[in-house]
Amino acid sequence: MTVIGVVGAGVMGVGVAQNLAQTGHDVVLVDTSEEILAAARGTIWRNARMSGLMGGPVLDPDGVLSRITTAVGAEAVAKADVVIENVTENWDVKRSVYETMDAVCGPDTIFIVNTSAIPITKVAAVTGRPDKVVGVHFMNPVPAKPACELIPGVHTTAETVERTRDLLAAMGKKAIDVKDACGFVSNRVLMLTVNEAAFLVHEGVATAESVDEVFRSCFGHPMGPLETADLIGVDTILYSVEVLYEHYADSKYRPCPLLKQMTDAGLHGRKSGRGFYTYAN
Amino acid sequence: MSDNTKDQILDFVRARYPQADIDESQDIFALGFVNSLFAMELVMFIEKTFDITIPNDELKIDNFRTANTMAELVGRLTPARV
Repeated sequence: MTVIGVVGAGVMGVGVAQNLAQTGHDVVLVDTSEEILAAARGTIWRNARMSGLMGGPVLDPDGVLSRITTAVGAEAVAKADVVIENVTENWDVKRSVYETMDAVCGPDTIFIVNTSAIPITKVAAVTGRPDKVVGVHFMNPVPAKPACELIPGVHTTAETVERTRDLLAAMGKKAIDVKDACGFVSNRVLMLTVNEAAFLVHEGVATAESVDEVFRSCFGHPMGPLETADLIGVDTILYSVEVLYEHYADSKYRPCPLLKQMTDAGLHGRKSGRGFYTYAN
Repeated sequence: MSDNTKDQILDFVRARYPQADIDESQDIFALGFVNSLFAMELVMFIEKTFDITIPNDELKIDNFRTANTMAELVGRLTPARV
């Protein structure tokens, strides 16, 4: 019986744990406190209940939760065959978690780094098993997304990549092969698109409504880039653009001043009630 | 199903998507407006506003496509008032 450890019970970890459980995997979900884990169980139950409404399978929320064990501390994944790590995109936090996991897990355990920014090779270097560390960039909401980016580091073996691809297939995901580079494909393109869309508003070339209308009506996208920014969080967008700017030291990633001002002003998008658009609460 | 129910639902949807012109018979799923966050907000809004619990087997897309179908669902799930 394969046991999958899921480290980090935030938005991504919760989605990964639910996706695994609803596809028949036994999961150990860990975070730093019982309060976070209790909230995560509630979120998974509600999200599983909503599955049918989101075009997914109709699920029994209690059945999904019954496959998930929760525990405090990364040591709890010691017996896992595969660990999917989803902690915050903060290098010091990630490094500490990998050092703990490397010490307690068996030598054959694969570590999957769920990240949108941090290089996989850098993560692998703090472990004694760089051949068994591989990146997967899951998209949110995880259970509803049919694909993800699969990113080997410099030392990742083909066997690790194929075992990971098999696990992703069992979760209902097509793995798209991408090399290890900051932002991979998705965020390199999406963040620059959102940043340029913000520049158009900043310069008065078009309103947010007009920018999004071009993407929806002309390109057939379900959402425009600025609606997407409000959904992801304007502050998160700024952070991601800044990470690209710092990593590549390339002026094409220069963050739009409007994103900085909106972040400072608390106009973070849907979660704060106002971003490029205003939302009633 | 009352017009009031329909109007309350429509007001909620319009408030979330102020940039769009949505009427009571427009399919908000076909328009691409429904993501997981909004779907949950919508279910929570309906359950709280109309004091009902929507059974799991009623949580399907066809019940939530338009303000009209949502108002019909509320009507089915609301006990007849004496």
